Amino acid sequence: MTRLALLLALAAAPAGPPAWAQEAPPGASACLGCHAPARADAAIPALRGRAAAEVAAALRAFREGSRPATLMDRLAKGFSEAESQAIAAWVVQ
Amino acid sequence: MNLPRRGLAALLLLPAPALAQAAARVVVIGGGFGGASAARALHRHGLGVTLVEVNPTYAACPFSNAVLAGLRPIERQRFGYGALRAQGIAVLHQRATGIDATARRVTLADGTVLPYDRLLLSPGIDLRFDALPGYDEAASEAMPHAWQAGAQTLLLRRQLEAMPDGGTVVMAVPANPYRCPPGPYERASLIAHYLKQAKPRSKLLVLDAKDVFSKQRLFEAAWAALYPGLLEYVPLAMGGRVNAVDAGSRRVSTDFGSHDGAVVNVIPPQRAGAIAQIAGAADRSGWCPIDPASFESRLVPGLHVIGDAAIAGAMPKSAFAANAQARVAAAAIATLLRGEAVPAPKLLNTCYSLVAPGYGISVAGVYQPANGLLADIPGAGGTSPLGAPGAVRQAEAAFAEDWFETITADAFG
Repeated sequence: MTRLALLLALAAAPAGPPAWAQEAPPGASACLGCHAPARADAAIPALRGRAAAEVAAALRAFREGSRPATLMDRLAKGFSEAESQAIAAWVVQ
Repeated sequence: MNLPRRGLAALLLLPAPALAQAAARVVVIGGGFGGASAARALHRHGLGVTLVEVNPTYAACPFSNAVLAGLRPIERQRFGYGALRAQGIAVLHQRATGIDATARRVTLADGTVLPYDRLLLSPGIDLRFDALPGYDEAASEAMPHAWQAGAQTLLLRRQLEAMPDGGTVVMAVPANPYRCPPGPYERASLIAHYLKQAKPRSKLLVLDAKDVFSKQRLFEAAWAALYPGLLEYVPLAMGGRVNAVDAGSRRVSTDFGSHDGAVVNVIPPQRAGAIAQIAGAADRSGWCPIDPASFESRLVPGLHVIGDAAIAGAMPKSAFAANAQARVAAAAIATLLRGEAVPAPKLLNTCYSLVAPGYGISVAGVYQPANGLLADIPGAGGTSPLGAPGAVRQAEAAFAEDWFETITADAFG
């Protein structure tokens, strides 16, 4: 195999590592302690595949106290709007 | 996709630091919530991982109080390592007996030597059988601690079942720090629930070596509502600290007197698991000081400590915390192996407790490094509200079950 072919082979590979291997923004990876990637019967909702904007809006509402919660209100208050948006973008992947 | 070819191409073209990472070996000692989660997280980062765990099966502590109360079979607490092996993690059921942090080698009981680039310890706790006069390992057969789940959980369960109605159950609760701060009070609640159902003339006496504890107002409100006259709580200020025990007579002694129990549950003082002491990673307190961003030991370079064994500041010794720390420590190890600086993390904790079936309460926290420790982020965290309606307690009990399913799937597959 020539060097060019190797380069082409590499180029054909998917770009970058999978989402979970990307650097999780501060606080994001701990979400997975409760939120399973995907489980149909879960009382705690799965986050993967949702719209990042929807999750970010939920975090904002929990933080501001405008959305009722048993626990997420207490956790969301630990993050700024920018941090919440970064977390939302990561957890939906 | 042709994986082998892609792998070869990637290997040939990778720059030197990435090659070093591809060859990096990480050894994880301890296969509980912290260690199993860390092994899987490190594997996801593309590192070669060997997990050393002496037991072929893990018995989970969260929800083991429900086993004591007859609400749950012990089988639901047991987890194996088949999924870790299947994904390519080497799992060795051996005891780690030595660590040479200079040569970066772990020695196992069978003589195996494991070289490592980074070592992660998640050894949990050892019970201090030298700390409470009269309470050694032999005494724990008569007065179970049940603070490491499994045989001890079943022993205490059998004793509770065998006790005649009208007997007194005594619990001895230690001073901080220890594994699972709200655990003794959940246990008291669920033992009281069992007695109320099955042996209503019995009593539960909770002797505590401290005056304040996790979720205290929530527990005390629930006890007053659910277990009046059955559960008696004695704090330190009222003579609650147990100074000595006698296994033969099942008697515990405090500054103020002594108490005989038909069943006695002694939760003794604790320290980091033995391998942390062997490695030199534990300080005089018996626990392991760590850098709050990387979880690298402050005493032994190249070695990271997570979970109950670590001194994590405001972060409690919980399964949730161990799992959250595992992800952060795994990312930090991958970052360090790339030769990069570890960014400041934020971490979460959530701990649910059951005070009765369908009655859950929680405490949560958000943490970040401050002054060399993990500190609470002000304004975040806290407990469930006092006086919440039953639907909220019911929801939190359901969330607790859900959390257990999720976290055990994350740790053990």
